[in-house]
Amino acid sequence: MENTDLTAEKNFDLKSFFFQWEWVLVLILIIVNFINTYLSPYYLNTYTLLDATMTFLDKAFIVLPMTFVIIFGDIDISVGSTVALSSVVMAVAYNLGMPMSLAIIICLLVGTVCGMINGLLIVKFKELSAVIVTLSTMTLYRGIAYTILEDQAAGGFPEWFTFPGWGYVKGIPFILIVFTIFAIIFALLLHRTTFGRQVYAIGNNAVASRYSGVQVNKIKFIVFTLAGFMSAIAALFLTSRMGSTRPNVALGYELDVIAMVVLGGVSTSGGKGRIIGTILSIFIVGYLRYGLGLINVPAQVILIIIGLLLIFAVMVPNLEKYFKRKKTKKAF
Amino acid sequence: MQKVFAGLICLVLVVSMVLGIGSSVNAAGKYAVIFKSAGNPFGEKLMEGFKDAIEEVGGEAILRAPAQPTAEEQIQMIEQLIAQRVDAIAISANDYDALEPALKKAMSRGIKVVSLDSAVNPQSRHVHVNQADPELIGRVEVQAIYEMIGGEGQIAILSATSQASNQNLWIEWMKKELEKPKYDKVELVKVAYGDDLRDKSVAETEALLKSYPNLKGIIAPTTVGIAAAAKVLTDKGLKGKVQLTGLGLPSEMAEYIKSGVCQWMYLWNPIDLGYLGGYAAHALVTGEITGEPGDTFVAGKLGEKEVIQAGEGTEIMLGAPFKFDASNIDEWKDVY
Amino acid sequence: MKKNDRGKVFNHKNINKFRELGLLGFIIILSIFIQMRNPNYLTLENINDLIKNTAILSILAIGMMMVIITRGIDLSVAATLALSGMITAMTVRSYPSLHPLLTILLGTIIGLFCGAIIGFLVSKMSILPIIATLGMMNIYRGLTYWISGGKWISSYQMSTGFKRIATGSILGINNLIFIAIVLYIVAYYFVNHTRTGRQIYAVGSNPDSAKVSGIKIDKILFLVYSIMGVLAGLSGVLWVSKFASAQSNTATGYELTVIAACIVGGVNIAGGSGKISGIILGSLLLGVLKNALPLIKVSPFWQDAIQGGIILLAVVVSALVKRSVDRNNLIRREV
Repeated sequence: MENTDLTAEKNFDLKSFFFQWEWVLVLILIIVNFINTYLSPYYLNTYTLLDATMTFLDKAFIVLPMTFVIIFGDIDISVGSTVALSSVVMAVAYNLGMPMSLAIIICLLVGTVCGMINGLLIVKFKELSAVIVTLSTMTLYRGIAYTILEDQAAGGFPEWFTFPGWGYVKGIPFILIVFTIFAIIFALLLHRTTFGRQVYAIGNNAVASRYSGVQVNKIKFIVFTLAGFMSAIAALFLTSRMGSTRPNVALGYELDVIAMVVLGGVSTSGGKGRIIGTILSIFIVGYLRYGLGLINVPAQVILIIIGLLLIFAVMVPNLEKYFKRKKTKKAF
Repeated sequence: MQKVFAGLICLVLVVSMVLGIGSSVNAAGKYAVIFKSAGNPFGEKLMEGFKDAIEEVGGEAILRAPAQPTAEEQIQMIEQLIAQRVDAIAISANDYDALEPALKKAMSRGIKVVSLDSAVNPQSRHVHVNQADPELIGRVEVQAIYEMIGGEGQIAILSATSQASNQNLWIEWMKKELEKPKYDKVELVKVAYGDDLRDKSVAETEALLKSYPNLKGIIAPTTVGIAAAAKVLTDKGLKGKVQLTGLGLPSEMAEYIKSGVCQWMYLWNPIDLGYLGGYAAHALVTGEITGEPGDTFVAGKLGEKEVIQAGEGTEIMLGAPFKFDASNIDEWKDVY
Repeated sequence: MKKNDRGKVFNHKNINKFRELGLLGFIIILSIFIQMRNPNYLTLENINDLIKNTAILSILAIGMMMVIITRGIDLSVAATLALSGMITAMTVRSYPSLHPLLTILLGTIIGLFCGAIIGFLVSKMSILPIIATLGMMNIYRGLTYWISGGKWISSYQMSTGFKRIATGSILGINNLIFIAIVLYIVAYYFVNHTRTGRQIYAVGSNPDSAKVSGIKIDKILFLVYSIMGVLAGLSGVLWVSKFASAQSNTATGYELTVIAACIVGGVNIAGGSGKISGIILGSLLLGVLKNALPLIKVSPFWQDAIQGGIILLAVVVSALVKRSVDRNNLIRREV
């Protein structure tokens, strides 16, 4: 039993493992849908299934760049606060008389700048890990949102601004279309470009990749900036869904997002994971919550089920390893 | 890997069976209530009252509350209830405006919307069930602290979060009441926010006592805040020196009301509030009322209730806030 | 040559000290500033309140430090705290005559149980700590809601003896502070002077060589999560006793505060390093901020922004101090 994951991982064939892991996720997704259909007469129709995506896809935008961040072996816990700050600034800008299109651009800018500040601090102060930097900016960004709006809510957006969160294009939710586009872009970026390969390289071994010519700083900076930008995109959709905003929106998003990424098979020790895994896990968690909601399971039970899912999903593949190890040990 | 798959399928099936979830039976109408967050005794009692009312009229009650008190989670719940095609939704909102798109969608599908306890804006509801007039709540608390501190001195307010719409409205009315010449010698020094967290409410109360050594009274219009403040005053032996009133749960405050740290405080009956909400939802669904001013309906044991104009919207009033003091606290502390 | 060597050793010690000195200096400057704004800050009463309110945070920080040293993280502490607090409070409600020490024991056992489950998942099942604790966080929190049935346990349902746990005092020192001090002394001895304690550092700084040198990594991991659970369970009892109320949403989100205290205190999230003196200062800084921001009459809406800014400043300053010391050392070595 002295064989822990620390060494076991090295002998492990990465490719075959992840091939399998994503199939496990597909299977869970099918099971979740099967059970939901069985339990609720309202679940299985295209209308409900599409509508459901509207309820959980806002967070999903942040899951994409967070996958990159976690592949580094880093973590960004300021995303929820970035959502709040960019949303609040957008609302205030609009209420100051700017056209909505300009306010949206400002929202994206604020998110991007928040991400850039994170990236800059992380790159400039190597002593500070990403956790510590984003932990501070998490308080800071939301704090700034509070100083701007204090105890007020801001809203009164033009009528068309409800479209991003609630609208359909040919019967398909707009948010789903936008998410699909972004998901494809991020998947290509991670799996088909030098940039993506370098992200993996840094995650596997930052020092070695620096010696082999990877511009670690630049890539880290870009990824954290992307996280900020995508948080602002999430802010747009969230604000559109709520029709107004407050400094305390998107509270606790960071942990939800991180949970989805790790369930998707991205290792927090860096270097491993694929976009398709995290996308699957977004839909698993989303549909599971939605389905349990349809049959009115109390919130506390949903908490327990999501927790169990997270642990068992990760434990089951390890279980086989665990018993195999026990057997070999007995054989000795 | 097959073993793994099989294991997973078994697991999920077992989990769902253990939970004993079966498909629901359709009764004479489905009525849902959404409270602000789970694990809140006030909310539990409110939902209990709602359920009583719905069962009296022969409907099926669905009780929901998100794990965290956020508007985001409530929006998800509203969507889920729309998909279940409920007849009415009663909601205690975590945000005054942010539920508007979701509730409008519900109304466009023919679902009746009632807000209760914590309102949503008039465009996103048919009617609001008001626990007590916010003006009255604000004014009565200022009058109470005025009486307790003997008509002069510094007072402070310890609220919930700075975003809490109910509290903010009450505080506005408190400030209006304080403008009266009668309160010339009463000075409101600070509005502090304990965020409905025990530790923060305690730290804020301690800071109030130190920053304003001459502080005479604290108004805490929130259940966590008032209990935390009472605890601090008890531990510091400030009973009688600093007065405390506000809105609190009888169970949480029983000890402090009896010890005299808080001479009296107010609240309303959450069971009745939920009950009235249930009957209002039912009356809307049957068409007995449409949510216009002047409509009347019979709300079970509470008798006849009338819809009245309030601001831009309409509401149904439960009654005046109830006063809890040493003489009646024992009857209520085990109730909620 | 000899001289040079001695210099090196001396400097190496200095670096670590400097980081903490930087933090200490920062706290002192901050305190002076606050004192100028509100003379009530440095009074015996306020300092007592400050330390009392920081005691639970600092107790949790001990466990979290050990977990982080082994390259792990524990997001379930607040949920464990709530669960243990709720079960203990419910027990006290049913058996008011239960001796306070027994209630502490009960909470600690519940915490041990919670922690041991996580320790098992992490060490035997090889589940990453962040996933295991995130999952168990949800489960423990859900259980707390479930067993409490949405009700709170209030002051009048608790025995006086139970409430005295947090308000009473030993040798003139408040119990909470006393417990924290005792735990710190024990923890200091444990991590610095026992074999197992040193092995925690070994596992964190280099798992491979730790394994080669015969350290049972599984056991160490199991141990640290169990210790974390014990401390969280104990804190649950203290928390409920201190506020004389048990809610199912007690301390929601507190895990991030505990992690912040460790990280500000110089515990390296990548594992292998972290000192008791560091986390004392880390907890203290957070405690000072929470205590002082309401005292200096800033708008409540600015509190979060100021707090975030100061934490950021503190970590940047201590990083800069360390960096300049490092650079000086390099120069000296070259000379």
